[in-house]
Amino acid sequence: MSATVTYRDALREALREAMQRDPRVFLMGEDVGSYGGSYAVSKGLLEEFGPQRIRDTPLSELGFVGAGIGAALGGLRPIVEIMTVNFSLLALDQLVNTAAALRHMSGGQFHVPLVVRMATGAGRQLAAQHSHSFEGWFAHVPGLRVLAPATLRDARGMLWPALEDPDPVIIFEHAQLYNLSGSPGDPGPVDLTQASTARAGRDLTLITYGGMLPRTLAAAEALATEGIEAEVIDLRVLRPLDDATIMHSVARTRRAILVEEAWRSGGFAAEVSARILEQAFYELDAPVQRVCGEEVPIPYARQLEEAALPSVPRIVAAARGLIGKRPA
Amino acid sequence: MIEVKLPALGADMDEGTLLEWRVHPGDPVHKGDILAVVDTTKAALDVESWHEGRVWDLRVEPGQTVPVGTVMARLLEAGEAAPTPVAGAPMTGGPGVAGGAAVTAAAPVTAASAVAATSTVAAATEAAPAPGGRRPVSPAARRRAAELGVTLDALAGSGPHGVVTVQDVEQAAAHKAPARDRSSEIRRTIAAVMTRSKREVPHYYLSDDIPLAAAMAWLRMANTGRPITERLLIAALYLRAVAKAAQQHPTMNGHFVDGAFRPSAAVNLGMAISLRGGGLLAPAISHAESRTVAEIMQALADLVARTRAGTLRREEVADPTLTVTNLGEQSVRSVQPIIYAPQVAIVGFGLVSDRPWVLDGKVVVMPVVTATLAADHRVSDGHSGARFLAAIGAHLQRPETL
Repeated sequence: MSATVTYRDALREALREAMQRDPRVFLMGEDVGSYGGSYAVSKGLLEEFGPQRIRDTPLSELGFVGAGIGAALGGLRPIVEIMTVNFSLLALDQLVNTAAALRHMSGGQFHVPLVVRMATGAGRQLAAQHSHSFEGWFAHVPGLRVLAPATLRDARGMLWPALEDPDPVIIFEHAQLYNLSGSPGDPGPVDLTQASTARAGRDLTLITYGGMLPRTLAAAEALATEGIEAEVIDLRVLRPLDDATIMHSVARTRRAILVEEAWRSGGFAAEVSARILEQAFYELDAPVQRVCGEEVPIPYARQLEEAALPSVPRIVAAARGLIGKRPA
Repeated sequence: MIEVKLPALGADMDEGTLLEWRVHPGDPVHKGDILAVVDTTKAALDVESWHEGRVWDLRVEPGQTVPVGTVMARLLEAGEAAPTPVAGAPMTGGPGVAGGAAVTAAAPVTAASAVAATSTVAAATEAAPAPGGRRPVSPAARRRAAELGVTLDALAGSGPHGVVTVQDVEQAAAHKAPARDRSSEIRRTIAAVMTRSKREVPHYYLSDDIPLAAAMAWLRMANTGRPITERLLIAALYLRAVAKAAQQHPTMNGHFVDGAFRPSAAVNLGMAISLRGGGLLAPAISHAESRTVAEIMQALADLVARTRAGTLRREEVADPTLTVTNLGEQSVRSVQPIIYAPQVAIVGFGLVSDRPWVLDGKVVVMPVVTATLAADHRVSDGHSGARFLAAIGAHLQRPETL
């Protein structure tokens, strides 16, 4: 293995390790076998593990997610890949009405140890039917654990503990992160309960997750050149949400900006903002701000697509607006 | 628009340090309401409103030291329309005006002459929010201000749109007037006032020995059955006697201001009270001429306690018209006091001691006090002074009439 790996490589290594460690684990989804996955995450796994464990499915999200739930109930540890979050809407009934609800509806007699992976987000000119961000919709649902790995470490380390979770786990892989590269680092499992502080700072807290983490960090670097030290929190786990890390940070910086690719109205940023107001109102020196995607279906044209997404200049401008003139 | 200026809360006050605002922009204000608390070299004093109205803006920040006469706040009169806010309108002050107590105390004595001082409050650089509305203060700043005892109203905000932030509050708390060395300030004030009095006021002194057999006997009777805390002291009789005598001799009671004597109808009797840390203050028992001995005693006890606690009220420090000093607790026979200008007289009492005294041709043992009058020769002469002193002695022979 080379000195650097990509996010895609890290996901594949995690799949390979899971398949090796537990014979109950199998992967299924559209084009995961012969084609190697639409984002090439499962490339080579068919050859390594065979068609019993790397299964191509028809174009029927409702059907194969339901099959995954059945397999999980039957004692297997299925990993279901959905090509993109837009298509997951076809499987919402299975995920929300069945997978998330069964433990509660059965009085704890049944649980669904299902892991669903899917790509999310814009930035690859895939237009409005392949580019949205619905993580917040899933984070709304009790019974689901919702993960958003934004680093190589989380891409590598989240799958195994997700498989160990007796309840359904949704993993969102942002399409712009697949080519992220760097040192592989520690390949061990990671914690699935806490947010992480991606950058320490004293002046304001930028809270984000997934595909917005790299540009939020870039915005923090830009702000640092102006003497504004932004703390960046990578939420990592959207449900259950780690309030403590957020509140501790906001209590120090007294200012918070949510950066989320999804639409502003009813978005996940609104949930985090509300929690800050509920729990840390008296710590604040400024109103909580949101930098979100424009409220349009994601456009195809490159310039329009980029214009619809939170950008480094927009994050920087929002941060400046919260700081004021600052006492000398 | 009514301008509320920093009043002279005493004849020797030239500047004050705002401790806190008791009103906020938009508050209705009635005559007599406490607007602010101001620290002087003597004590923290309340500033009352002399007008009816509604607070338009506050122009001095807590911690700021400003000269007497500075416009501290502006009130809208009843029915007066709020003026259009002007961008850059002064709302909060700039840095405080420096000035040592010794320097300011050396300024002319009269309150009137100090009022002409011009405002040195600098204009804030940022447009203030419309007065009357709630100031933009961050939730965190509001809580921190409460913890630190910082008043928010006049605080300049550094956040977006002038919002007051935690950092602003903490800076304001850090820049609050440093703990004042009150005893050294009082020392400097006394030095300045007494030096000026000795230099400018032509004193003359008269002394008399006053027999106190009747007064002491009356006190013993009056105190029979009284709890210790309510017992009358001879000082109450002195004050009462001086007040009555001052009514009969108006040239002893008032102020010498701008080259002329201004007699006072009320006898606001200053009482020199020593402070534990050294120095003294002479706050007044107002209208001593119309109080009973028991009331005087009560006022005196209250005044001593609050003088030493530093919680005098404005009217007590402002302009006594005549002062009494009683060194009877010390073993001095007499005191030749210095007039507390612009007052024109001061009466000093020494120790009450048993002395040989000739009564009806016989030498008897008599409790006697030596009273000394120092008076301003520009206003009165030895002749009238002697009659005043004699009147005090005469009143003390008839304590039941006091």
